[in-house]
Amino acid sequence: MRPRAALRRDSRLLAAGIVLTAVALAALPFALAGIGTAWVRITNLAILFALLALGLNIVVGFAGLLDLGYIAFYAVGAYAYALLASPQFGIHWPFWVTLPIGALVAAVFGVLLGAPTLKLRGDYLAIVTLGFGEIVRIFLNNLGSPVNITNGPRGIARIDGLRIGEFDFSSADTLFGLVVSGPIKYYYLLLAALVAVIFVSVRLQNSRVGRAWEAVREDEIAARAAGIDTTRVKLLAFAMGASFGGVAGGMFAAIQGFISPESFVLVESIMVLSMVVLGGMGNVGGVVLGALLLSFVPEVLRFTVGPMQRQLFGRMIVEPEVIRMLLFGLALVLIMTLRPGGLWPSAVRRRELSLRGGASGPLR
Amino acid sequence: MIRDDRGRDDAPALGAARSPADARVLLRALGISKKFGGVRALEGLSFSIRRGEIYGLIGPNGAGKTTLFNLLTGIDAPDAGTFEFDGRPLAGARPHQVARAGIARTFQNIRLFANLSVLENVMIGRHARSRAGVLGAILRDRATRAEEAHIEQRALALLEFTGIAARANDAAGTLSYGEQRRLEIARALASEPLLLCLDEPAAGMNAAEGLALKALIESVRAQGVTALLIEHDMRLVMSVCDRVLVLDQGERIAEGTPREVRSDPAVIAAYLGTDPDAGASRAGTG
Repeated sequence: MRPRAALRRDSRLLAAGIVLTAVALAALPFALAGIGTAWVRITNLAILFALLALGLNIVVGFAGLLDLGYIAFYAVGAYAYALLASPQFGIHWPFWVTLPIGALVAAVFGVLLGAPTLKLRGDYLAIVTLGFGEIVRIFLNNLGSPVNITNGPRGIARIDGLRIGEFDFSSADTLFGLVVSGPIKYYYLLLAALVAVIFVSVRLQNSRVGRAWEAVREDEIAARAAGIDTTRVKLLAFAMGASFGGVAGGMFAAIQGFISPESFVLVESIMVLSMVVLGGMGNVGGVVLGALLLSFVPEVLRFTVGPMQRQLFGRMIVEPEVIRMLLFGLALVLIMTLRPGGLWPSAVRRRELSLRGGASGPLR
Repeated sequence: MIRDDRGRDDAPALGAARSPADARVLLRALGISKKFGGVRALEGLSFSIRRGEIYGLIGPNGAGKTTLFNLLTGIDAPDAGTFEFDGRPLAGARPHQVARAGIARTFQNIRLFANLSVLENVMIGRHARSRAGVLGAILRDRATRAEEAHIEQRALALLEFTGIAARANDAAGTLSYGEQRRLEIARALASEPLLLCLDEPAAGMNAAEGLALKALIESVRAQGVTALLIEHDMRLVMSVCDRVLVLDQGERIAEGTPREVRSDPAVIAAYLGTDPDAGASRAGTG
């Protein structure tokens, strides 16, 4: 037993840490806005990707089901929101109706993907999910005629922003003498969503449901013998992961005000998966870290590669756009080589790596 | 104490209600047959296991022991015949339903959740006897918290019972071979089975580990759990089982106490081979 005084000191330190972090996070958008409003938008997008990565982490990290078409659920959520809150059909439902509908529709799509793939694992599952992602995108691209639903490749524009009564998230307001722009309002909303999703993820992981996912990931036959209905548990993982994606998609549609199938291409799925794997599959903190890093690094490179070349060589040798993704890819390769379990691996991954005595495919 | 009355009631009823006829029988197999392609694995096999006994299943390689195990635990479906467990038919039950009905198993080639902790392995074993869902997990209400505490407490008690409590927080994959066998048994017991099926638990064990295993199986029986034991290690089977069923080429060739079975000519023939000339020459020189 530790002395009570030490415990009290620890809990005080923890409380102080939480308060400081909260203050820092609350002040962050204003600091970012000082550098440029673009950075607030970039941060918002990074948080959206963190939401997506946490959703995919349930499927890939917790239940061990490799999904290469995850962005389809983001698309489904975004389109569900857009169709119910835009001039497309003249429907303008409030977000507390449309966001849950988006989550629900995405969850249904998750089950639609999960049901036929229950017997598949690893590479085979990856190929089917990849196909699923493409099917959804191609559908969205072609549902513009003969009956116009999605407006095809032109996408849906003038999507309603989020608003609660008179409070509109999309426009600037002056609160207590402080100008709060639209992106800054969305930042707080997204931050609240992120905290909620982190909370739900951690709670799920440390529960009977989370243990069942772990069991399915580790050994399906043993899981069944232990009384786990693997069918149900897998479909649940697909549905939960998809619903997170659906909520993120709805918020994306509201924030951007415009969506088109182009936003939901395969590369986006790969990007979200990279965030999960590079951050630390199965570890909620690691996944958030991965999402933030992979969102910010390319943007930081965008603004620094050019000036740095001028400083080093006196002139621009390689176009920033060309070298940016090259550096980004190199960073990915380096991180995965040096830290195969991700930047912040889960306890399970650490054990796995130490038991096998080296790196192995993260997804069996 | 490894039995726990809590949660017994949430086992789903499989098929018809329990019949009162011969309450002493826990598992009855009736005319079980199974073919793989053209190969006959089991042919019209019938037997019954009484409550509280340790029932051995032996036979040469390819006799159909593992096939029977897979049929019983719902991994495969029999071509013909039925199992009746605890008075209810098990027909068409999937593996998790079999587990919920009260049949737990271990695996010939150990199947642990190697990267999870020893404690987590046993906690997963209690899945069939707990019920918290997504909402409970997120809200962590009082019922869920109580259930979680109960699961952990039962799991720890089982680790004590099997003698591996000191390793509770280590990864299951780091345990020694004998400890992994024990953990599998602990995980199986966590579902509070009426019938514990052990698939060659002594395989690959040294003499000391074998003795410890025998003691463990006997203490499991002392708790009122019935056991079905498939084993190659004759000494273990003969010393621990109440009755033994001998299979050869998918058919039953003998059943009885270890002593009866050991002296059965059909069993000796199956194990040592039936070559009449060899028998005659041996008789001649002897």
